[in-house]
Amino acid sequence: MEIPKTFLGYKREDGRTGTRNHVIILPVDDISNACAEAVANNIKGTIALPHSYGRLQFGADLELHFRTMIGTGKNPNVAAVIVIGIEPKWTKRIVDAVATTGKPVEGFSIEGVGDIDTIARVSKKAQEFSIWASEKQREERPISDLWISVKCGESDTTSGLASNPTVGNLMDKLEPLGVHLCFGETSELTGAETVCEKRGKTPEAQEKFRKTWSSYNDFILKEATDDLSESQPTAGNIAGGLTTIEEKAFGNFQKIGGCKFIDVLEPAEEPTKGPGLYFMDTSSAAAECVTLQAAGGFNLHLFPTGQGNIIGNPIEPVVKLTANPLTARTMSEHIDVDVSKILSREMNLDEAGDELIKATIRVANGRLTCAEALGHREFVMTKLYRSA
Amino acid sequence: MAGTDIIIHDEKDNVGVVVIEKITPKQDCDCWIMENDKSVKIQSMDEIPLGHKIAMTDLNEGDTILKYGHDIGKVVKSIKKGEHVHVHNVKTKKW
Repeated sequence: MEIPKTFLGYKREDGRTGTRNHVIILPVDDISNACAEAVANNIKGTIALPHSYGRLQFGADLELHFRTMIGTGKNPNVAAVIVIGIEPKWTKRIVDAVATTGKPVEGFSIEGVGDIDTIARVSKKAQEFSIWASEKQREERPISDLWISVKCGESDTTSGLASNPTVGNLMDKLEPLGVHLCFGETSELTGAETVCEKRGKTPEAQEKFRKTWSSYNDFILKEATDDLSESQPTAGNIAGGLTTIEEKAFGNFQKIGGCKFIDVLEPAEEPTKGPGLYFMDTSSAAAECVTLQAAGGFNLHLFPTGQGNIIGNPIEPVVKLTANPLTARTMSEHIDVDVSKILSREMNLDEAGDELIKATIRVANGRLTCAEALGHREFVMTKLYRSA
Repeated sequence: MAGTDIIIHDEKDNVGVVVIEKITPKQDCDCWIMENDKSVKIQSMDEIPLGHKIAMTDLNEGDTILKYGHDIGKVVKSIKKGEHVHVHNVKTKKW
């Protein structure tokens, strides 16, 4: 199949391209959610991104909070941003960082004013942003403006057999075209960590991966009681036939095909070494992982599932594929691409990879994913440790 | 190409994955090895659902399970060729 050279996206002020055109209302902290949700309810064409944290965090945990907030605002799928916080200082830090992209952004704080007046003031600005963004048009953009993140969930053995290798096939075909790619799930590479480490393109990338994986593994060993029963693998994984973390890891790892990663990113860190594959240090929990990848600037997500994970993200469209024929049948409203014919050998990997590329470009051009149509907007902060 | 009941990733693997809705005891199954495109046959001993593993050989306690050509855990209760391989007889070597 000849891969299209372009897709239709929204060109942003900083040169990046969005596959979506969201106006977001971003609460800095948990107690500003009510305000953000009221504004999004008042003003059509905006979405609120409520979450559970943002108070009394400190150190690396606080830095990750800011990186996630700022990265979400900077993501090219976002046309304009309203930031609402309880107090002005942290609000301004996020506004100033998002403003470096050149996109419209404005911050508001609630202390000394109260919710009702804040909602009124923010609504006026949000209406202005929403109408402004509605005039943005999609234009032809090079395929290399796609930044694709991947993560699998509720995996079973069909994931490692077919849906993950389908994503790997897409990576093998899109990497030479200058697309940015990202995989994560540090803990879920356990058992395959040595094989994965060797996929680092440089000794530095390999060393960075080894350190990142070891540190996550040390943390798990420290906190685990006896084993990670029903966490890794999950009860769903086990029902689907996955027996051990090692088996899950080798299945997971199929998603990167034959690609080598050029760098290891901190959670929510934006890649800076040009096109190619990156590994991001993330949790293996679906919503946390995709939220971090979206904050890293990725504009389209591919999500292979076995037993039927239903995750979505508010700003990054999540394309779901499965090779499990039962899941494809019983949960069809969640599945964008059905590759179960690989198991019956009526479809080969090359054909499945082409199907996934076609679906990816249609979604990049604006086709709603199943998760978007169903209203899945999971925005979940990764918390590194307890707050003060 | 139709009629594959079990797929094996790598020739070295001692387990295969059921890719039809289920296999029943004493069923003669067609297996396909992805790595080298070879076909082999096996008779099942248990009912095994879609996605679950079958032992391609007799396995003793302490043996290593190979899938994708790699170590994915150890046998904790001996397994006969054709039996269901899962959490009741295999455990991780990690954690």
